[in-house]
Amino acid sequence: MNHERFIIAAFAVTGINMVWLTLSSYFAMRKSEALADDLRQQP
Amino acid sequence: MHRFANPARFLRLAKPLTPALFWPGLLMVLGACGWGLMAAPAERLMGDTVKIIFVHVPSAWLGMAGWTGIAFASIVQLVWRHPLAGIAARAIAVPGAVFAAICLLTGSIWGRPTWGTWWVWDGRLTSMLVLFFLYLGYIALANASSEKGDTSRIASVFGIIGAVNIPIINRSVIWWESQHQKASITLGGSSINDAYLVPLFVSVLGFSLLFGAIVLMRMRGALAEMRIDARMRRMAAD
Repeated sequence: MNHERFIIAAFAVTGINMVWLTLSSYFAMRKSEALADDLRQQP
Repeated sequence: MHRFANPARFLRLAKPLTPALFWPGLLMVLGACGWGLMAAPAERLMGDTVKIIFVHVPSAWLGMAGWTGIAFASIVQLVWRHPLAGIAARAIAVPGAVFAAICLLTGSIWGRPTWGTWWVWDGRLTSMLVLFFLYLGYIALANASSEKGDTSRIASVFGIIGAVNIPIINRSVIWWESQHQKASITLGGSSINDAYLVPLFVSVLGFSLLFGAIVLMRMRGALAEMRIDARMRRMAAD
């Protein structure tokens, strides 16, 4: 059995999930912090 | 610990700590996975599929460590009313669920060429699947909470009770006949060859740092949302 495609699949699953988790957490944080800072500066 | 109960003090620490955890973690993960893929030799029985341990083992560790963190934070929230504990528990839930899912998927991908099947209903695999469903239940309960940025007591109690599954996962390969191999790394030592052990250690450490950075990002986001809510309420009252 060719093991290469299983190894690629396992690393791809991990990579895709990690990229999604990191980017979604980062952009959600940036968006919330920017909005909170904007509101704080409003009179 | 109570010193960091103040959100402002926590943010002063979390802001520099987020990139300080993220970038070394990313470098370690990329280095360990590259090292494992390119330089680790094929194993006698498993062949090249042994390379999947460099993503499977860290995700299993973080799936279990994540729930342990939720249980600890839930106890702190219920007993000491620590204002950040609920936020921390909530911030851990999604990354923990993602790592539990990665563990299940990569384990299944590993099982097909190694065991000849994608899945078996044995103690280790089933208890890990239960952990994933516990995460989904916790996320649903926490999101149903009326107080944004905090978890309800029910979610905290659920987080503590669910922790009973962690020792079950850990001991499952000893208590029941299992397709899954017994623990290769224990407090007494390791039965893994150094050619795999060193990159595996770097990978576990790197993924753990990334996990910490992601949890901090989610805590910072939750705290910012609380500030937005408080500001909106003040503006509505004026």
